Amino acid sequence: MERRVIFFEDVREGGEVPPFVVERLTRMDLVRYAGASGDFNPIHTDEEFARAAGNPSVFGHGMLTAAFVGKCVTDYVGSENLRRFKVRFATRVWPGDSITCKGKVTKKYEHNGEKRIDGEVLALNQKGEVAVSGTFSAALPTRN
Amino acid sequence: MTWEIDRSAIGEWGPETTMRVEHGKIREFARAIKDGNPAFAGDAPLAPPTFLMTIAHWTEGATSGGVRAVKLDMRRLLHGEQEFEYVKPIHAGDVLRVRSRTQDVFEKQGSRGGKMLFVLMESEYRNPRDEVVAYSRNTLIMTEGTVKA
Repeated sequence: MERRVIFFEDVREGGEVPPFVVERLTRMDLVRYAGASGDFNPIHTDEEFARAAGNPSVFGHGMLTAAFVGKCVTDYVGSENLRRFKVRFATRVWPGDSITCKGKVTKKYEHNGEKRIDGEVLALNQKGEVAVSGTFSAALPTRN
Repeated sequence: MTWEIDRSAIGEWGPETTMRVEHGKIREFARAIKDGNPAFAGDAPLAPPTFLMTIAHWTEGATSGGVRAVKLDMRRLLHGEQEFEYVKPIHAGDVLRVRSRTQDVFEKQGSRGGKMLFVLMESEYRNPRDEVVAYSRNTLIMTEGTVKA
């Protein structure tokens, strides 16, 4: 499947970054991310350890939710065009949660001869609480 | 509880690690983050935006590798912020040299009474031509008590 290329001219400040939704995160998703990333903090995969540390259950790696936000961004700007991506972790994500990543373009400008856009992105749980908030910068191609 | 901070270690780069960006690892990572972007598949995949987290496979730990200014307690540790700056694309087959440093360590009073220790870390990734391809920066927060939701 060919990704649709966006051009600098097509983007407007305030324009939407299309959503990416993950339905009902599972414990297996957390195990898979632990293996893929190498983040084996047992608080994300070992139920007994997580409970002993005072949690109702295991919870998601912040960087897994951040990765979903990253996908939302690169699906929009193109992975080779991303220049900066920053996330801040807010509420935690639990097995069974559904996560909606979405964002908007905040600024269009030129930087080092590149046509740049900045944007804000959020990952929200099914209750509308912010799990991750972030910002990004990307350099986009032009039509001419 | 207080923290012993070794100020002399702040700003000092730690030892270099070699990180091989592997085809299968990109594929595994892209699947784990539910990212079916064709740019991360095929014969010459790019690394997804948060792929540099897999440096954990090449060092001692996920986010704490390279922190020498203060002893971290994993039970009291939160990942506050994470930033990536992308200078050049990273492809499967790239062999990167990575070094990290503690940029700053400071204390703040938490909103619920306890003290919090902020640890700012930076990692630099270079390709074999000694060009910087990316920076990764994170903020770790250590609390006085066990982390609560």
